[in-house]
Amino acid sequence: MSGIEEIVGYLRDYDGPSIRLMEVCGTHTAEITRNGIPSMLSDRIRLISGPGCPVCVTVTAVIDRLITLAREENTTVLTFGDLMRVPGSGGSLASAKAEGASVDFVYAPADVLDLAEKAPEKQFVFAAVGFETTAPVYAMLLADAVARGIHNVRLVTSLKTMPEAIRYVAKNAVEPIDGFLAPGHVCAVTGCADYARLADELRIPFVVSGFGGEELLCAIYALVRMRGQALMRNLYPAVVRTDGNRRAQEAVARFFEPGDASWRGMGTIPGSGLYLREEYESFDAGGRELVEDRIPVGCRCGEVLTGSIPPSACPMFGTACTPDHPHGACMVSAEGSCCSWYTGSRRED
Amino acid sequence: MKITMAHGSGGEETEKLISRIFAAHFQNEILDEMEDAAAVPGAERLALTTDSFVVEPLVFPGGDIGKLGVCGTVNDLLMRGAVPKYLTCGFILEAGTDAAVVEQAAASMAQAAAEAGVLIVAGDTKVVENAHEAGGIVINTAGVGFLHRDVQITPSGIRPGDCLILSGSLGDHHAAILSARMRIENHIRSDVGLLTEPVSILLGEKLAVHAMRDVTRGGLATILSEFAKRSGLTMRIRESALPVHPEVRDFCGILGLDPLTMGNEGKFVAAVDAADAETALKLIRDTACGREAVIIGEVTERAEVPVILETKIGGERVVTPLTGEGLPRIC
Repeated sequence: MSGIEEIVGYLRDYDGPSIRLMEVCGTHTAEITRNGIPSMLSDRIRLISGPGCPVCVTVTAVIDRLITLAREENTTVLTFGDLMRVPGSGGSLASAKAEGASVDFVYAPADVLDLAEKAPEKQFVFAAVGFETTAPVYAMLLADAVARGIHNVRLVTSLKTMPEAIRYVAKNAVEPIDGFLAPGHVCAVTGCADYARLADELRIPFVVSGFGGEELLCAIYALVRMRGQALMRNLYPAVVRTDGNRRAQEAVARFFEPGDASWRGMGTIPGSGLYLREEYESFDAGGRELVEDRIPVGCRCGEVLTGSIPPSACPMFGTACTPDHPHGACMVSAEGSCCSWYTGSRRED
Repeated sequence: MKITMAHGSGGEETEKLISRIFAAHFQNEILDEMEDAAAVPGAERLALTTDSFVVEPLVFPGGDIGKLGVCGTVNDLLMRGAVPKYLTCGFILEAGTDAAVVEQAAASMAQAAAEAGVLIVAGDTKVVENAHEAGGIVINTAGVGFLHRDVQITPSGIRPGDCLILSGSLGDHHAAILSARMRIENHIRSDVGLLTEPVSILLGEKLAVHAMRDVTRGGLATILSEFAKRSGLTMRIRESALPVHPEVRDFCGILGLDPLTMGNEGKFVAAVDAADAETALKLIRDTACGREAVIIGEVTERAEVPVILETKIGGERVVTPLTGEGLPRIC
């Protein structure tokens, strides 16, 4: 079977054993919703949005640190858009800004250095949040800052790595997960060899997928067909190579080293974080020590991210917690599990 | 010449600014009377609207704040089925702004007003010390249109079976402004423009147009949600029918923006009785601003959700209004 119509028909009419598949990339989450894929699948195929949205897994201590810095005199916190609305233990960066804290969002990291160069008397703190995909961007920013002799930029880092999180989720899931859509963008940087090893270790299939609607359908089809097999398949070979992007990896290794990381609602996962190396500590405005995670009372994002409950099982979902007024981090971004579920008709359990 | 606080004093400098820039460009018999209030001929039913315009940069590919200030308000009157007649305009200027920049905005306003067949009959100027984030100029325009007693164009008049017609491509204005702000070079141009031609033709032919809205901030998703809410019906649209220029689509893809929630300034969506839809579509396509018009979907009895999109690959999803500021996502 190879034609897309046949694949669509197979996934629609599938009546084999129930199967639970997890995607762990925010862009996969957003594109699955945007393409209406859940509406095209048999009731027996369930897609679960795992911990693949960077803002969803950022602990409150990171937000709190950024707010504290933004309230310091002469200091401006810069961030990408989504992070503005993520609740910390008190408010969000957006609410702190409304109260007078100095917070701005940037479109491109290069803007950070331009701002810093123009105002040498000021301090700038950039919120470096993300996975293996964005870590090279921060590394390049630092390399540029070193080259240009810019000293008034520091990073608050919340950088995480995917394979350790996938292992944690697979081993701690209340109901077993039968396969993973491996994160396409992450694999473009790191390569897909890690996922072949994970497939072998966890005894479940992994498929590296692109982001088009038909590519996602093909990847889901492959996972259903590979059920029970400890194999990895790369269905995104135009972009993903086995050993990934060496230059990006080297840039990251120059500035960052691995360490344990605290994931929002999930706890500490050994070896799942990236932190600034000691020789670059002058750029460090916080990272390793930002482990506290005082998520709002009642928020069940952690259980959602591990596939233990669907978003709709959280008592706050759609009532106290909506995209207008996110209570938990998963409701903030279009890539967030809850937001995506809320806005795009994901199937009810 | 630079704008100074004295230009907002109400004294001689204000008078000079008005006569040199505003009166020179907006000149007409009613304004020339320079009274405290303009006296104008009226109608039995009036449509009134007001809008404030803040855009940075002030000049962008395809238009500027002056053109935007006239088109936005005139289009709002048109969407109600009114014939736009008069505008007022208020300028809030930052001290230090170059008078040439103000003059360019005024010249664009005058040109757009002439095209729209409206007169600018009253105005006001204030000078403030800081309007830096707004690029130095804020414009408010209020508009008056004459409304025929039989015209009832409102989302509550939408009926099951109506066709939804979109007058052209989505996202152009929003993408042009963002490109300019981010200093990204591309060929995307704002679609800011008047909707006078297609609307007057639709009304002139007495076609059964039940509702119209210009697709501005919040985008098509927000308008269709409002149509659904006000009519109590469901809007069902097809992704494959939605026109988005390739460069805008790619721009949105990179930044994680959805053309469905992005603003235009020269497009409208109309709910038209199915019997008149093909005629309406043809008439809109014959106008300069409506060449890419398409039927994007239909109105149905209320289904489980208010707005449904049939995706290109054959799925369905809910369309929700824009929430938050519509910021580019993190990665």
